[in-house]
Amino acid sequence: MDREQALAVVRESLTRAVPGADSRGLAEDAVLRDELELDSLDFLNFVETLSGETGVTIDEEDYERLDTLGACAEFVAARSGSAS
Amino acid sequence: MPSLGADMTEGALVEWLVQPGDTVVKGQAVAVVDTAKSAIEVECFADGVVEELLVEPGTTVPVGTVLAVLGEAHEAGPAPTKAAPAKAAAAKPTAKKPAAKKPATKKSVTRKPAAGKRPATQKKPAAQPADRHPPEAGPSTSRVSPLVRRLARERGVDLGAVHGSGPGGRVTRADIDVAARPAGRARTTPYARRIATELGVDLDGVVGTGPEGAIRAGDVRTAAAAGTAAPTRTATPPVTVSPDRTAARRHAIADLMSRSKHEIPHYYLATTIDLAAAVTWMREHNRGVPVAERLVPSALLLKAAAVAAKQVPEMNGFWIDDGQVRSEHVHLGVAVALREGGLVAPALHDADRLPLPDLMAGLRDLVRRARAGRLRSSETADPTITVTDLGDQGVEAVFGVIYPPQVALVGFGKVTDRPAAVDGLLGVRPCVTATLSADHRAGDGAVGARYLALVDRLLQSPEEL
Repeated sequence: MDREQALAVVRESLTRAVPGADSRGLAEDAVLRDELELDSLDFLNFVETLSGETGVTIDEEDYERLDTLGACAEFVAARSGSAS
Repeated sequence: MPSLGADMTEGALVEWLVQPGDTVVKGQAVAVVDTAKSAIEVECFADGVVEELLVEPGTTVPVGTVLAVLGEAHEAGPAPTKAAPAKAAAAKPTAKKPAAKKPATKKSVTRKPAAGKRPATQKKPAAQPADRHPPEAGPSTSRVSPLVRRLARERGVDLGAVHGSGPGGRVTRADIDVAARPAGRARTTPYARRIATELGVDLDGVVGTGPEGAIRAGDVRTAAAAGTAAPTRTATPPVTVSPDRTAARRHAIADLMSRSKHEIPHYYLATTIDLAAAVTWMREHNRGVPVAERLVPSALLLKAAAVAAKQVPEMNGFWIDDGQVRSEHVHLGVAVALREGGLVAPALHDADRLPLPDLMAGLRDLVRRARAGRLRSSETADPTITVTDLGDQGVEAVFGVIYPPQVALVGFGKVTDRPAAVDGLLGVRPCVTATLSADHRAGDGAVGARYLALVDRLLQSPEEL
């Protein structure tokens, strides 16, 4: 999965996991928790959806790195690439 | 119309989830009601068979109004010709009393006394098709309630041509619906449509079990659970809320909070709790389980708050008519901020007895439904103590306003690394500030202090939570 594909999956996962969150106009470097006012349950939903969609294992230690759309896309691209 | 919260005086019936003739069980969602705060699923208080729906969708009625008549299960005899059941539900709800303590207000759906049936008539199973009912001997007017008559007039339905499917050949509202509906495609209830959108269920693949194959909310849930209907790939749309709803919600909160500050002499306590043990234990737990079963610190904090409420019963219950009413159960109200503004605080039932994974799952479900506007009546009516966790908003402490008639509100701030003295040395530990707002009428500071100290102690042994 390249970065572009990963970014699309990240956006879709976010929209599905957090009803009411609109990631379409969101900049890739915007901090998700602040911009979308995510709480810890929202974030958990997001991680669960993203992991399910991509097959990428996301550990709790990885949470901190997943702070922006861009960071999430890079994380997914890197992990899915190494897995295949 | 049950009281679905201390601040509720009236509610609008949005949709019936059952039809006359349906067998219902206690706890089953039978209707959707809109209050100033949100749409709520009303649960039935007893087993039985729905005989008649008395309130039309779209109608706003005061708390205490009879919504429907329930008959004994398996004894769908002839219909009561007198509308007797209004008595039980006529009890005036006192805004001060929680519905949980007043069974009378819960009887919005009223059980018909068995005396209404005639011994001469054969007993029939509840789901007996309509045409088996012998026509009532009385004049045709007795077969039709005023409500149904009005409905028929509005929709241009000829009552003489309508086949009554109710007990004794009575014409019911559902019969009018059927008669008024153009032949062809089965309809989908608006509520079912909403749930389908939320669950990503394609309605074309859903088998309707309602009258004339109408798709009801339950059908959508069944389809979603079975995965028979292909999920639509479209994302869940944002919950759209009218400005009216937002304004009404603001008003409801304003009224309740003003009443709280006006009536309740609050006292406040705070303590900083070392969460190193709890966080370490949680990380270890989370490492071994899939994402869906991972815990968040809030789950541990809620559990500790609930167990402590059980052990310090002065904090768990209500202040009603100048006296304290303690609750046997701990129904932990959880303050949930809504995205469009405002908040609701539905209950996690018996939170003190829920194992942590169950509490976590319950919390996620509750928050999701609160934000989707699909809470259940029992959840909004009976919290015994409320917790507000503002940690995700970045503040260190919250001194909350008590939800009347409850007597205490527990607040948690953000879990942050702070310098702390541990065993005579300075260390950096994850800490949280726990606060308690309590009703001074119901108890004194010493009791509140005991409560907070207990929350602290419980969090030092997370494996026992």
